[in-house]
Parts: sequence; structure tokens; C-alpha cells
Amino acid sequence: MADWRIWLDTAGLWWPLLLVLVGYGVGQWIERRHLRSIRERELQLQSVVALNTRYIPAGVVASGSQLVSGSVVISSDYFKTFVAGFRSLFGGRFAGYEKLLERARREALLRLKKQAHEAGASLVIGVRFHATKVAGSTTPAVEVMAYGTALVRPRA
Amino acid sequence: MLVSNLETTPGHQVVAHLGIAQGSTVRAKHVGKDFLSGLKNIVGGELKAYTELMQEARDEAVQRMTAEARAMGANAVLNVRFVTTSITVGAAEILAYGSAVTIAPV
Repeated sequence: MADWRIWLDTAGLWWPLLLVLVGYGVGQWIERRHLRSIRERELQLQSVVALNTRYIPAGVVASGSQLVSGSVVISSDYFKTFVAGFRSLFGGRFAGYEKLLERARREALLRLKKQAHEAGASLVIGVRFHATKVAGSTTPAVEVMAYGTALVRPRA
Repeated sequence: MLVSNLETTPGHQVVAHLGIAQGSTVRAKHVGKDFLSGLKNIVGGELKAYTELMQEARDEAVQRMTAEARAMGANAVLNVRFVTTSITVGAAEILAYGSAVTIAPV
């Protein structure tokens, strides 16, 4: 009797499904943890304001400026990629990818704000977002970058 | 060397426009790092090695851009923009460009 051999012979069938299940379980956990961490840090950095206007708002006194940026490369998981594969047959919203990009954008903006905060600035203007697909071996990965100019207040 | 993505800079005025300064670099990822990222692909999340790689590449692009601006006789680069293009699987070009200018305090 060699019952185990049937598993070996059908590995092509169940192995991708296992990866999808692991991707779902762990992927969802990582996503929840990441979103919680983003919310916490957003509260901590509330004092830093980021705007995408190109001009210094009236009444703001600045003695200098500094380019600040924040970026993150984030990968999809097997589950999301699997679902997206079906999605692309019918069209419509890719809810999983929407959430992935939202996480990446918020993370990039947070890193920009952190850099501004460390430079002693509380206002960043001219913020631009930029996203690029970074070739992942199987599942897509995306890099999101935010950059802007931090206004440094004159020393009192 | 002042680098900014605004057309103006607080407390200063532009005295001379010298032209576009640019700097770029093409980077590929490390095989070992790519293997770990391959595992990370199953469960998703941040690929820290890639974030660092892109950050380093961008710093180098900015450095090359400011070097070019300095050679033109500029003391600031304004209106800086970043572009990233993936050339082949695993390699990307990171470009930074802006206007090389001379600024003076108002």
C-alpha cells in the first residue's frame, strides 16, 4: 500500500490551493496588523500637515525648505492574486488590490511625514504620489513613493 | 545644494536659470534577496529589501543630479520630479530631474 503516493502524484492540484489558503490566512493577518499600525502612527503624526499645493499658504513663515520623501514596496499575496485572476475574466473592482494600494499610499505618506517631523517641520507642501509596478516573480508588487517639500520654521 | 520639488524656495529668489539637471541609475535586485521576497510573495506585505534598494537607488539618482547641477554652476535644483521605469524583470531605472538654478537670499 502506498496511499501517500497519491498526494505526491496530485501535488500539482493541491499545492497551489494550499498556497492560496496560506496566503489568505497569513495575508489577512498581516494586512490587519499593518492597518492597525498605520492608524496608530497617523494619530502620532497628526501635527504634520501635508498639502499638494505648490505655494506656501498665506501666513506661514519659513526660513528654508527640504525635500522629504517616503516610499514602500508592498507585495500582494497568493489569495489576492488568485482572486484577481478570476476578476480579470469578468471585470469590475479589484477590492483586494484597492486595499493593498491604500495601505502602500498611507504608509508612504506616513514615512514622508516622519522624515519631515524629524527635520523639525510641521508643514509639507507640493506633495506628489508616484507608483511603479516592481516585477515580482509570481505575485505583483508595487512601489509607492510620496515626495514633497518640508518647510522649516525659522529658529526662535 | 538645495533640492526642492517646488518652483520657488522660501526666503530666496532665483537669479539665473541654467537648464535641466538630471541623474539616473539602473538597479537590479540581489538574487538572495529576491529568493526571500519570493517567499514573502505568498503571504504579501512589505518587501523591505526592495524598499531599501529603491531608496538607495533614488539617493544615488539625486546625488548624480546635484553633481550635474553643480557642474553647471547652480546652487539649487528646483521643481524636482522622480520617474521609475521597470526595464526588464528585476531591473528598474530611477530618474530624478529638475531645474538647475542659482538662488540668492531676498
